[in-house]
Amino acid sequence: MSAPTTSANTANTANAANATADARRPRRIALLPTAALLLGAVYCLLPVAWVAIAATKAGNELFSTFTFAPGGGLLDNVSDLNGYRDGIYWRWMANSALYAGIGALLSCAVSALGGYALALYRFPGRETIFNVLLAGVLMPPVILAVPQYLLLAEVHLTDSHAAVLLPVLLSPFGIYLARIYTAAAVPQDVVEAARMDGTGEWRIFRAIALPMMLPGLVTVFLFQFVAIWNNFLLPYIMLSDDEKFPITLGLFTLLNQGSTTPALYTLVITGALLAVLPLILLFLVIQRFWSLDLLSGAVKS
Amino acid sequence: MSAPRGSSSARRRRSTSARAAPYGFLAPTAVLFVLFFALPIGYALYLSVRKVEIRGLGLGPDGRAEVWAGLDNYRRALTDSELLDGALRVLGYGAIVVPVMMGLALFFALLLDDERVRGRRFGRLAIFLPYAVPGVIAALLWGFLYLPSVSPLTDALEAVGLPAPDLLQGASLYGALANIAIWGGTGFNMIVIYTALRAIPAEVHEAARLDGCTPFQTALRIKIPMVLPSLVLTFFFSIIATLQVFNEPTTLRPLTNNLSTTWSPLMKVYQDAFTGGDIHAAAATAVVIALVTLTLSFGFLRLATARNRREENAR
Repeated sequence: MSAPTTSANTANTANAANATADARRPRRIALLPTAALLLGAVYCLLPVAWVAIAATKAGNELFSTFTFAPGGGLLDNVSDLNGYRDGIYWRWMANSALYAGIGALLSCAVSALGGYALALYRFPGRETIFNVLLAGVLMPPVILAVPQYLLLAEVHLTDSHAAVLLPVLLSPFGIYLARIYTAAAVPQDVVEAARMDGTGEWRIFRAIALPMMLPGLVTVFLFQFVAIWNNFLLPYIMLSDDEKFPITLGLFTLLNQGSTTPALYTLVITGALLAVLPLILLFLVIQRFWSLDLLSGAVKS
Repeated sequence: MSAPRGSSSARRRRSTSARAAPYGFLAPTAVLFVLFFALPIGYALYLSVRKVEIRGLGLGPDGRAEVWAGLDNYRRALTDSELLDGALRVLGYGAIVVPVMMGLALFFALLLDDERVRGRRFGRLAIFLPYAVPGVIAALLWGFLYLPSVSPLTDALEAVGLPAPDLLQGASLYGALANIAIWGGTGFNMIVIYTALRAIPAEVHEAARLDGCTPFQTALRIKIPMVLPSLVLTFFFSIIATLQVFNEPTTLRPLTNNLSTTWSPLMKVYQDAFTGGDIHAAAATAVVIALVTLTLSFGFLRLATARNRREENAR
């Protein structure tokens, strides 16, 4: 995103001359690389295209008609899904939205506070705290999830919404991103100047730093949202009451029952389509707001 | 002259609050870290050195007691053939996933960075799209596409009179599982590498072109070395994700008889803890997995930073 604008002034004149030369002769198209890129795109769209088609097939057509031949049962399938156990499917979707929405918002707030402190203050223990947090990124979720389950069971919190929400609030990765972004986006001088004016530390954070951190925090929020929406292991371990399931776990149990009741396969497939569509739409709308420079280490300070 | 004194005490107050402030900002992090990271890790370590001893007939309130086990659970975990088989399976799976995914991600990122390629915006969105699909749903979609009665591959092969393979059996099962991870992860890695490519200053490209580099030479000699840190980072993420594979094989299980409940080490931990009811064995296995992950990660990070430092010094 920044490459064209970062070119040095000295190169600008040369670029301008080349640009006019390029405009005069028709730009060459590389056919083979273009074909390769499109092939990659087709590969990535294939399962999505399949689920869109398969969701239109009636149960008996699923295994008998050609893979990509549409059927005429989409509306029946959707109303079957609606009717399945009083519309528990929508309950799962709402749960996922709740877990991912609230979880990402809160963990984004925690990351913002932590990242800000680690980026702009020099204090004893700073690097130790940061390194301990980073080691947390590397901790396999299972070594955390099993004892987390046992500990939450001690305080009678398992099988509750809190059991799925609380453990995801601390995101070492989110703090890491917030720290890098804050270091690059909030100038130390500005904070120093505000301090000289007698502004309190909390007010400096709220009124001065936070607005500057906002674009980076959007990225942290989106990362967390996707991570929690996709989460499976934690709810799988924590929850037994399917009224509290997120959509991933809901579809998984439906698929599991499908191996003995194949009629449920149509529901699974229709459910998968309806679960994927809003996420893809959301993704297409928001992908332009991601500052992935953060990840690739391409942030300019 | 009270004003200077006033301002100096105000400054002292400010500096005290400035000194305390970072700890205040880090308080939520610290509380959550202690409750949901440190405490569980400590508890897992504790559980891993305990065991349940059955006294007498194992009946009554005194029939079962939790006692010190020393390294017993670890000895059992390290000699458990199921766990070792699982580790080998994940190694084989990772040997497919990591190089193929990284290779494709780099390849597509270079294509996106090439002005002569058409449809770059569409390609970028389409290849990044699987990132928005949860692993469980991805496994579910591919799982159906692997079923011989649904798979277009079966249809295509039968149309030309060839026998169709069962993708969910034997060696092809590894390919089938790897494909799901590759499908889901390539786009994300591609975007990270592509963002780094875009940050290469224009004058570098200019200089390469003036020197008569072909696009292929530019990619190989200039672009790839310049995005090496991003490649290292994505490689690192891929390895960690591979070691922790759980969702995809678990989701595929209902569709095939060839995936055991202990296919991957993580599945083994779940199995021990919640189906087998042996939380002590599960804790020991989890600690072993964590140690392996940490050793690999830190070793890798050390290698990567040592390399960076050498390059910094060389400059």
